[in-house]
Amino acid sequence: MRVLVRPAQYVALFGYILFLGFPLLWLISASVKSSAELNSLTVSLLPGQWQWENYAQALARQGLVHSAWNSVVVALASTALVILIAMPAAYVLARLKGAIRVAGVGWILVSQVFPVILIILPLFLILRTMNLTDSLVGLTLVHTTYTLPFALWMLQGYVAGIPTELEEAGSMDGASRLSVLRRIVFPLLAPGIVATAMFSFVSSWNEFFFALVLLQSPENYTLPITLTSFIGGEGKVALGPLAAGSFLAAIPSIVFFSIMQRKLTGGLMAGAVKG
Amino acid sequence: MTAPTAPGTSAGAPATAARAPQQVRRRGGLERGRRREAIGLVMPSLLPILVLSVAPLVMGIALAFTDARLVRHPDYQFVGIDNFVRLADNSFFWDSFRIGLIWAVSVTVLQLVLALGLAQLLNSGLRLQGLTRVLALIPWAMPPVVVAIMWKMIYSPNAGPLNAFLGAIGLPDDINWLADFSTALPAVIVVGVWVGMPQTTVTLLAGLQQIPGELHEAASMDGANAWRRFTAVTWPSLRPIVASITSLNFIWNFNSFSLVYVLTEGGPGGRTMLPMLFTYLEAFKNRNIGYAAAMGVVLVVVVVLLLAVYLRSQFRDDRAPKKG
Repeated sequence: MRVLVRPAQYVALFGYILFLGFPLLWLISASVKSSAELNSLTVSLLPGQWQWENYAQALARQGLVHSAWNSVVVALASTALVILIAMPAAYVLARLKGAIRVAGVGWILVSQVFPVILIILPLFLILRTMNLTDSLVGLTLVHTTYTLPFALWMLQGYVAGIPTELEEAGSMDGASRLSVLRRIVFPLLAPGIVATAMFSFVSSWNEFFFALVLLQSPENYTLPITLTSFIGGEGKVALGPLAAGSFLAAIPSIVFFSIMQRKLTGGLMAGAVKG
Repeated sequence: MTAPTAPGTSAGAPATAARAPQQVRRRGGLERGRRREAIGLVMPSLLPILVLSVAPLVMGIALAFTDARLVRHPDYQFVGIDNFVRLADNSFFWDSFRIGLIWAVSVTVLQLVLALGLAQLLNSGLRLQGLTRVLALIPWAMPPVVVAIMWKMIYSPNAGPLNAFLGAIGLPDDINWLADFSTALPAVIVVGVWVGMPQTTVTLLAGLQQIPGELHEAASMDGANAWRRFTAVTWPSLRPIVASITSLNFIWNFNSFSLVYVLTEGGPGGRTMLPMLFTYLEAFKNRNIGYAAAMGVVLVVVVVLLLAVYLRSQFRDDRAPKKG
């Protein structure tokens, strides 16, 4: 019995690796296959010959680079906004333990339950009165608001890890609260800020629903919207360039998650669950 | 809970006064100043949240009681519960609701079962763990649109690897997974499981790593086999984490939109028409936003009720053994 446990475990592990990893492998393989090979009936994972033409084609494709640029702009702007407004609030959330904390944490939890559909309807009306529906500014505002709760949650966790003694020492030396924040807390918070910024960037970069509802003119499309517009319509799509473009679109998130791998598997989620 | 700087609620004030002797450093005026500072620090976060998410939520609920339409110069009136009465007879909505429940429950349960298995494997000192951990995060990292595009290729009836594999082992290889009435929903459920499994795995793994090894050792000494150790030690310790992650997963899955929108757009014949897709189409294609808001309200109420029942049963189960 005992002897069989390990092999069985490895078989199971291999099954998981296959299930989790195969789709991405397939996407990459499709992105370097020629269109003749993609449409042929003999299907194989390894491409007959590697060719990078699909990437060139995807990048040359009208709108792809432009919408990637739009995505970068929206993601950077909303990340900057999120960090700027979340930093002070996260500090308060972590340090005060009264009603503000209860309300803040309560809000973060409630926002996870939020039915986006119920919010997008009036939000659409509000943004329309401000002429911000078909605009990257409007999308940036919406992304900022929807990333904020989780960003606050992450940041306040990092603040809680900074010993209060350090701050007390600072204020004993006569520094004001603000200069304690600026000179002691924020520098120590740097890793947390980097992680939160990466999270905000990726959330905005990946976001589809709000962009779909808000953006109407192709010159405003973000990358996910442009990618979906490549699938639909004329039916037979150029699979190779689509695969190449999709893989490029996934790179920022993959990089972020590889860097965050240890953090994510370790403390962050455990903390989030224990509350 | 015991912070002296809590805002001056009537309940907070006496508590602060009672603790005053211990908190010599922080007195009256100073404390009020700190409170003002705290409000100033929170304001920049609070403002966008109030304007862009609390206000819309309240307005969204209000919209449900109007006949608002999505037109240039909207002119709408209060219609009471008309929308809800109409909704009760809308069999398409309830079909989509049923599909949404099947989707959310199956995805959540399968996610839990598969993630629990993977978390156990990752916690049992096998090789290849690093690789598996990175792979386990990939689905989480991918943009939903890319995930959908990727799986459309996998399910592709002619050039897809799934049919090719089935053909190679002698099974039917001409199934159009996403377009066939009977396979479309199961096919999108698999993708939903794939996307959500990593987060559940990571959470459960963190939970597993907190269980003290001595508990397992003690159980083995008492002669418990693997299954017995799982039911007696692992599962009870994981229970609170399982309850919270399944609740969150259920909500996320029920509210999910992008993945299925890109995979099938609700087709074929509405077989994968999740409630969010249905409501989206009602609002932005049929332009009946009042009616769509009513659907949104119904969805929220039902989800909250289901969760309340689920969490209550979890809570009760937790307390029972302590009493007995």
